[in-house]
Amino acid sequence: MGGAVTEPVLALSNVSRSFGPIEVLHGVSIALRPGRVHALIGENGAGKSTTMKIMAGYQPPSSGTVHVEGRETAFASMGEAEALGISLIHQEFNLAEQLTAEQNIFLGQELKRGLLLDKRAMRAKTRELLDRLDCRVPADRVVSQMSNSDKQMVEIAKALLRDTRVLIMDEPTAVLTKAETAVLLRQVRALRDKGTAVLFTSHKLDEVREIADDLTIMRDGSVVFSGPAEGMDEHAMATAMVGREMSDLFPPKTGSFGEMALEVRGLTVPGFATDISFSLRRGEILGIAGLIGSGRTETFEGLCGLRPATGEVRIKGQPAQIRHPWEALDLGMCYLTEDRKTRGLLLQKGMRENLTLQALRSFARGLIDKRAEEAALTKAIAEFDIRGSRAVRVGNLSGGNQQKLLFAKTMLSAPDIVIIDEPTRGIDIGTKQQMYGFIRGLADQGRAIVVISSEMQEVIGLADRVLVMRQGRIAGEVQGASMTEDAIVQLAMGVGQRAPDLETTE
Amino acid sequence: MTVKAVAPFRISMSVIGPVLALVVLVGMGALMNPNFLGPDNISNVLSRSAFIGIIAVGMTFVITAGGLDLSVGSMAAFVAGLMILVMNAALPSLGVGVPIILLGMVTALVAGLLAGWLNGFLITVLGIEAFIVTLGSMGIYRSLVTWLADGGTLSLDFGLRTFYQPVFYGGILGISWPIIVFAVVVILGEIAMRSSVFGRHCAAIGSNDQVARYSSVRVGRVRMATYVILGLLVGVATIMYVPRLGSASSSTGVLWELEAIAAVIIGGTLLKGGFGRVWGTVIGVLILTLIGNILNLTDFVSPYLNGAIQGLIIVLAVVLQRESKPGA
Repeated sequence: MGGAVTEPVLALSNVSRSFGPIEVLHGVSIALRPGRVHALIGENGAGKSTTMKIMAGYQPPSSGTVHVEGRETAFASMGEAEALGISLIHQEFNLAEQLTAEQNIFLGQELKRGLLLDKRAMRAKTRELLDRLDCRVPADRVVSQMSNSDKQMVEIAKALLRDTRVLIMDEPTAVLTKAETAVLLRQVRALRDKGTAVLFTSHKLDEVREIADDLTIMRDGSVVFSGPAEGMDEHAMATAMVGREMSDLFPPKTGSFGEMALEVRGLTVPGFATDISFSLRRGEILGIAGLIGSGRTETFEGLCGLRPATGEVRIKGQPAQIRHPWEALDLGMCYLTEDRKTRGLLLQKGMRENLTLQALRSFARGLIDKRAEEAALTKAIAEFDIRGSRAVRVGNLSGGNQQKLLFAKTMLSAPDIVIIDEPTRGIDIGTKQQMYGFIRGLADQGRAIVVISSEMQEVIGLADRVLVMRQGRIAGEVQGASMTEDAIVQLAMGVGQRAPDLETTE
Repeated sequence: MTVKAVAPFRISMSVIGPVLALVVLVGMGALMNPNFLGPDNISNVLSRSAFIGIIAVGMTFVITAGGLDLSVGSMAAFVAGLMILVMNAALPSLGVGVPIILLGMVTALVAGLLAGWLNGFLITVLGIEAFIVTLGSMGIYRSLVTWLADGGTLSLDFGLRTFYQPVFYGGILGISWPIIVFAVVVILGEIAMRSSVFGRHCAAIGSNDQVARYSSVRVGRVRMATYVILGLLVGVATIMYVPRLGSASSSTGVLWELEAIAAVIIGGTLLKGGFGRVWGTVIGVLILTLIGNILNLTDFVSPYLNGAIQGLIIVLAVVLQRESKPGA
């Protein structure tokens, strides 16, 4: 789009925000114009979320002003902002899990005929909204049974119903695959062309470059760049975000492996994965790629005893029977979940309790030695560069620090085989680089690593070898020079390769 | 008087709330009746607290691990009935003496353990909601004891009762046995909650059992252990209780489960699990017992309003603790 610069529909000018004595936003100004997509980027903790919450009326600014169509406005509640056509879509979905798509979309503004609900009209309108979004999910599907991308579409449909003029999206693509992201971006463009102002945050800079008309970059609570996105490439964005030159994102691959650590033959996880076979050596990083829903996570949860599974597993040459996660841990194998908030960390507890939960027995001689725990925490904070107060609840740490803590927790029980699911989901580029360094460091210490990831760049940059999964089976393996996005996508989508379901290349 | 600088840690309302309530109650009691702080009354209050208290310590672990057990009152009645039947039946062969008392105690412990194990089995292995399982077992045990007593009362043989009575009324250094056993259970419980792997695992499971499972915690085994321990403690409480009256009937232990749960909640343990403290539970038990005691010693308020005042305190305790949550 572009063309004549229109008046901003929503603008912050010189907004600051403090929590207690700590000021987290310093004089932030940002303007959203109708018919333009505005990307807001920055590292975790740079103040993006707070900025978005102020824009959507969730929090008032401590100083500075909010203008809606040129008029100074103080939202008394988020409902007021919504009434003015401003919608915020959270990173963690704000849907009632047990209700259907239709019930969620109309939640709070149900159509009625007399005293009763007009279900037919709501059903029709839901279908129309979802069709507009290319979303084929049935209107009566319960949200808890939907994929993340479908949930995302339901959220957007909900915003569309409310005649949204400003749509604020907090990392909408974090949980989406490449194909799903493409659909989402197409919808964002369609909304823009209809005159909606869109604010969009993402850690995926290629997406930002693809979709953004305007760009604001934040660092440490201040705006460090604001202007048209044209002319900013990914490197320039990353440099502005981090505040220093970004060297290579991925550590160099060593290519020297030790003895066999893990051999899997014919692993089957009923309902999710069939006949998975692979092997892994010490010092090696094996990447697992595939679309969401291809059974990657479930395969490895099955391998580690978190789901029922059958198949032949050998660890360090010894046959192993693993039916429970602690049996896997006893054999030196550990699965690090992709879902740090609901499966990885106790958000209500402090760092110490979380850090030592998995390796707690090694801190107990009869009773738990709290001083040893504190010492371990001090060491982990230094080793993994975890920032944030030790006293704070883990739920209040930023995503990147949570991920580092989860990583430290897993490593405390010193597994030889580490399976890491989505190691960098929703964390910023600076922290990502650190995580890649940690993971390669573990491999260099002689551990065997599996990295499951939806980010092509990540799998290619980090792994020595990549297995691609499709529909619960291994669709193929790529390594060396043939490790390209094209090759992986083709295997993942089941195109361009000859009969990938019948034979695994080995 | 010099005023020391305020300690760096914040004393939260959830910590001082229950303690303050207890202090106020004791103060009120002392003002209203001079006998209140006498050794006899104190001993009486503590002994009465002991039954519920011993059970409530076990309940603290169950609730901390995200569970609930509604069956403990009925279970206590059933265990008491069983214990009396076994002892009466063994009387002709064993005669009055220490062996038969030991037999009764072992019966109570084994019965409590099995009853707790059964609850735990249904909850952890078959995966049925704790509320449903224990609601069911509550009815079953209550009905079983009524059936065993044929609708009436099961009474311990008179000679046996006289011999067994010192276990409730006797003690060492003027401290009665129930108080001693209660104290031991509390101390062990507090240590286990505070610094044992088991206590930490209970809190982890109660706060998020998925996280615990993904952290290789044996979730099923820990949960099962909480119910088994609670069952065992019901057995211990019953051993103390039977010599008091020497009988069991369908009205034995009625509403004990609610009193135990109330004590746990007043003490600051979260009903939804994830955080528990045994010392708080002790304060909760004392508060509940003292209310009844004060109403009995004074005549301002009818003792029939005991339940109403207890109910008020429970709600008040939870409200106070909620306000003190930082950043909620």
